Amino acid sequence: MIKNNVIVVGSGGAGLVAALSAHASGARVVVITKEYPTRSQTCMAQGGINAALSNAGEDSVESHIENTLKSAHGLADEDAVRSLCESAPEALEWLDSIGVPFSRTKDSKIAQRTLGGASAARACYAQDYTGLKILHTLYDRCLAAGIEILNERYLLECITNKDEDNTPYICGVSVLNKRNSEIEVFASSSVILATGGYSRIFHKHSTNSVSSTGDGIASALRAGARVSDMEFVQFHPTALKGSSILISESARGAGGFLLNSKGERFTNELAPRDEVARAIDEEIAKGEDVFLDIRHLGAEFIDEELPQERKLAKLYENIDPVHDLIPIKSVAHYSMGGIEVDKNSSTVVDGLYAAGECANHKVHGANRLGGNSLLELVVFGKQAGENAAKYAKGFDKELELSEQKSSSEKFIEELKSYPNEINFYEKHALLGELFYKNVGIRRDGADLENSLIEVKKLIEELPLMGIGDQSKECNTNLIEFMEFKNMLELSKLTLISAICREESRGAHFRVDKPYEDNEKFKAHTIINRDGVVCYED
Amino acid sequence: MKINIKRDAEVAEYEVDLENKTLLEVLSEIKTTLDPSLTFSSGCRSSVCGSCSMIVNGKEVLACSYHAKDGDFVEPLKNSEVIRDLVVNMDKAYSFNSKAKAWQSSTVTNISLTQEDEKINEIQSDCILCGSCYSACPVYAVNEEFLGPFSLTRVWRYVSDKREVDTKDKIDTIQTNGVWDCTLCNECTLVCPQDISSKTDIEKLRARSSMAGYMDPNFGSFGGSFLSGDDGSPSF
Repeated sequence: MIKNNVIVVGSGGAGLVAALSAHASGARVVVITKEYPTRSQTCMAQGGINAALSNAGEDSVESHIENTLKSAHGLADEDAVRSLCESAPEALEWLDSIGVPFSRTKDSKIAQRTLGGASAARACYAQDYTGLKILHTLYDRCLAAGIEILNERYLLECITNKDEDNTPYICGVSVLNKRNSEIEVFASSSVILATGGYSRIFHKHSTNSVSSTGDGIASALRAGARVSDMEFVQFHPTALKGSSILISESARGAGGFLLNSKGERFTNELAPRDEVARAIDEEIAKGEDVFLDIRHLGAEFIDEELPQERKLAKLYENIDPVHDLIPIKSVAHYSMGGIEVDKNSSTVVDGLYAAGECANHKVHGANRLGGNSLLELVVFGKQAGENAAKYAKGFDKELELSEQKSSSEKFIEELKSYPNEINFYEKHALLGELFYKNVGIRRDGADLENSLIEVKKLIEELPLMGIGDQSKECNTNLIEFMEFKNMLELSKLTLISAICREESRGAHFRVDKPYEDNEKFKAHTIINRDGVVCYED
Repeated sequence: MKINIKRDAEVAEYEVDLENKTLLEVLSEIKTTLDPSLTFSSGCRSSVCGSCSMIVNGKEVLACSYHAKDGDFVEPLKNSEVIRDLVVNMDKAYSFNSKAKAWQSSTVTNISLTQEDEKINEIQSDCILCGSCYSACPVYAVNEEFLGPFSLTRVWRYVSDKREVDTKDKIDTIQTNGVWDCTLCNECTLVCPQDISSKTDIEKLRARSSMAGYMDPNFGSFGGSFLSGDDGSPSF
């Protein structure tokens, strides 16, 4: 009965592609999401999706590979990058075939624009709503395929058992039904995690949705999976100064300038994000304000190509970029690290797969290129779906789930019994400030050490925190406390990884160790649940 | 400022020391500092995920794009089951996308779209499924099987796309509890945070339906006397 089942946790782009591909491979698929499909982080992707199509000037798969590897600062896996970039034209063809409403060129091809670190106009786009339009089209495809989607279920645990060789294998997941706080256990021969990144650790200093709390990564760790490269968190150069809301890189791709208070340009606006973010940070450290200037692009162009940027700037910064400078700062945007997967998107737990931002397919290395994350979720979402379906088909083990419901109930009861003497929301805001200051664009060994002490203190204080709302109906206070708990775990691992990496590489920049140390650190940081670090090629 | 929030049968008043903030920021401030039991949904904070739709002073808004004012009265969306406080169950509204078969009927290759083709449904594909239109729709309020604004807009999105090769099936699907049940009152347009007019999309779908041989069933009961074309010839 359980054989042939695939559960996908997460309904962003990676989850929905994985679901479609597992379904097409003959598996019985259920998608479980803590919100509703279409409300995920993917809808916030604006700039585009990379593929060397040469629709807007000459490009090649080789250039795409080369740019991606360069931006990754030696930490990407060349085979994985090659696979990503070679699959890209096909991925775009597929998206086009299911109805994604891409912007078009004059000669009726998918329109492409230039993003940072790219040698050609490579990012295919739909105005500046690329992620939204891809995500919604994928959702419609899932409905057409009749894939079951369970809304508002919060992931508690990935349930595992061990076979005779002591290898862990997946048995299913336990979730909390948000609407009534019931524990639900879903048995499954295979599970795909597509649960997104953890940039909400940075609280208000992040472009991310409030849901990007790393739940899937934390649960994978608890289930025995490994995580890697956690110290590599990308800062997006241009978020609105007041609200941290993203202003797409496509604004710079189209010719937007970065200016300081004196009205001077101070960097190459189209360098990779790590370099631009550092340049902005340097100006701000000098006491300058930093602005994005797209006025010279003109109202017609802005309304045609960047309508969302204009809307967001008006709404959240009260300025009109057609006439005004846009005040910006750099904030946490994307988790390059995540659940360690092999070239089949599989974790070390048999039957447990991961795709999208929660996974580390080692294609971004130390710094992701704009336009590669939407691509990644299509290419590796498909791969994860196919492989999970294949594994599920051959599944012949016993599932052991009898204890799970009561142990999850016990866990929830324990959290509810905490005294709530310390407001965890305040602590989350504090954690965000701490991370933005010490684990941000510029890091220092001593500050990282101090931050780790602070985070460990917060973890110790967890039993003094808790919730003020004991309701069983839609208890978002409880969900947010569990999210905070997961974020603290991941904060600790991020800090340990950052402390151990005594060098600077891509998004991980240490003022006390400002150079790349290829001898020691041209390797992936692998960290286990207990915080033990090792390095692997 | 003081904010009044409908919580089940009661109205709770909260006072927060904030000015010039979005309603979502105000709600978050209340939840994190005053009352952790206040329940609402949110996501992107930037008007693109559709999670935080609710009603303020009688009108549907996204909490993240509405600037809160002293004395605002906040309620959950109408026409959906309230799960708690400002959170409603969207399952039913979402289910109409399936019922309306709001997808491209098959995958196609080698159909190229011009810039003009792309413009036809550019704005419709901006939809974020926030559900404001179902809350404002007076037809959905009385006919819970009405396919409703966002799913009909979604059908138009696909029907109007050159990549849809079987528009007939799409049009067939929206005849019952669909395009003819709409009263064209335009309430959906007025509340859409993405400036989509489902009413206009429904009118376009009606025109397509007529081309496919369907008639407005509301006119049928008048004995067909209204069914003559512009030149007086019978149009059926």
